[in-house]
Amino acid sequence: MMKKIKWGNLYLWLMFVVLYLPIIFLITYSFNAGKVMQGWSGFSLKHYGELFADTRILEIVVNTFLVALLSSLLSSVIGTAGALYIYNIKHALTKNVFLSLNNILLVSPDVIIGAAFLILFTVMGFSLGFTSVLLSHIAFSIPIVVLMVLPRLQEMNRSLVASAKDLGANNWQMLTRVILPVISPGIFAGFFMAFTYSLDDFAVTFFVTGNGFSTLSVEIYSRARQGVSLEINALSAMMFMVSLALVLIYYVISTRAAKSKKQGTRLVLPASEGL
Amino acid sequence: MMPKSKRQRQFFYIIPYGIWLVLFVIAPLVLLVFQSLTTPTGHFTLHNYAIYFASGTYLRMTFNSVWYAFLITAVTLIVSYPMAYLLNQLKQKQFWLLLIILPTWINLLLKTYAFIGLLSKSGTVNNFIGLWGVVPQQLLFSDWSFLLVAAYIEIPFMILPIFNSLAEINPRLEQASRDLGANRWQTLRRVIVPLSMPGVKAGIQAVFIPSLSLFMITRLIGGNRVITLGTAIEEHFLVTQNWQLGSTIGVVLIVAMVITMILTRDRARRSARKGR
Repeated sequence: MMKKIKWGNLYLWLMFVVLYLPIIFLITYSFNAGKVMQGWSGFSLKHYGELFADTRILEIVVNTFLVALLSSLLSSVIGTAGALYIYNIKHALTKNVFLSLNNILLVSPDVIIGAAFLILFTVMGFSLGFTSVLLSHIAFSIPIVVLMVLPRLQEMNRSLVASAKDLGANNWQMLTRVILPVISPGIFAGFFMAFTYSLDDFAVTFFVTGNGFSTLSVEIYSRARQGVSLEINALSAMMFMVSLALVLIYYVISTRAAKSKKQGTRLVLPASEGL
Repeated sequence: MMPKSKRQRQFFYIIPYGIWLVLFVIAPLVLLVFQSLTTPTGHFTLHNYAIYFASGTYLRMTFNSVWYAFLITAVTLIVSYPMAYLLNQLKQKQFWLLLIILPTWINLLLKTYAFIGLLSKSGTVNNFIGLWGVVPQQLLFSDWSFLLVAAYIEIPFMILPIFNSLAEINPRLEQASRDLGANRWQTLRRVIVPLSMPGVKAGIQAVFIPSLSLFMITRLIGGNRVITLGTAIEEHFLVTQNWQLGSTIGVVLIVAMVITMILTRDRARRSARKGR
């Protein structure tokens, strides 16, 4: 028995080492004084210096975050509208049709999405660049927002809406004062997922980016084809910190939301019993 | 009056969402299929499909792609199932699960780039095995390195659904099986594994379809030795600019995807019913 558990733990440790080895390896070598990812020539921050002096990379970082922020904001808005629409559909079959349509981009491989969007932009006579990348990112982020918001809507107490209507709220008031506050954790989760989807995307961006505009993934791809440069390691260390920070923020906010949601339902329940 | 306000509301919601549905979901797919059925000048033709099915090269490439996707899925499954099982027995399992998911948040390109450093001829792995007197090997740009990196990237996507379905199993079922005299192995084989099948199917779906369409890893790690459907599409669209044939391969990929989904979904539902 003891032995079995030990083997299990050994396996777990081994797997965690394998999962994190490449990442730790990358970050460690960003502090290497040498020029390549081998040997160790001493500790140095010079690759970080190079990174901050590289205006091209900095511009691309700004572009990447700008696309991520704009696309996640816009897809949150459109996705929430979509979730509300689907939620309000009474007819089960229609609802299923919309849900299936919604999920097409989620299950499609990135290459298909990229190729299909490339055809779309070309047919529409759209020039490739910032706007085409932004539109694509908005497009592939919308379904995930819908899927994050819908469960919150389904959990929402229907009598809340009914009582708001009874008390004379118009559509707009009902939306902004009642529905949106209740589903805000779902919208936030959707926004957040959209943000990371956008930061991470390579394949779709690669197809629709054209020549002038580049995001981090595409830039790393073209640099990696030329060979190793420790500046990329420095960049990945920074990116790792950003990802870690994002995960932590998300974790903290979602646990807080879960707590306040419990309080929320406790507050809501007596009122709905009164109805 | 009420239905009118509801109609207004729905109208307000469907405008942005409907535009997205038509413009970015339906139109691109229709255009892709249309493109595969036309000549460069826009006339209807089945020529692209004829090329695809008549030439051994494309069929072999498709078979190869499916074969490698199968291998990647199998390797990932074999590694992930015990991992998900063991994770489920830990006390702080949500925390450990978070640690599994964390690497998926790191940009795919960066992880791939790390492997270029690890596997290159004078890289760390070669230095390491060199300690035992093994001569440096060409690790990068081989089928094996492609399999390794693809599996590495897909592992969390396999662990997550299996972990979830294992976590849903009522622990009493396991206790009951032990009480009724099944040993550890029998409990695992007859109770735990069948009940976790929905998770396994979901994992297979989550790994197999992306594995068919990988194209960046085949370039950077596989050195174009393995041509997947994804690589072929990328080549036709961005290198040779033969969009018609590229779209045809795209349609094939979509069909492969739908088949995979039907297979995994149907089984998942059946075994879920059996479980109940």
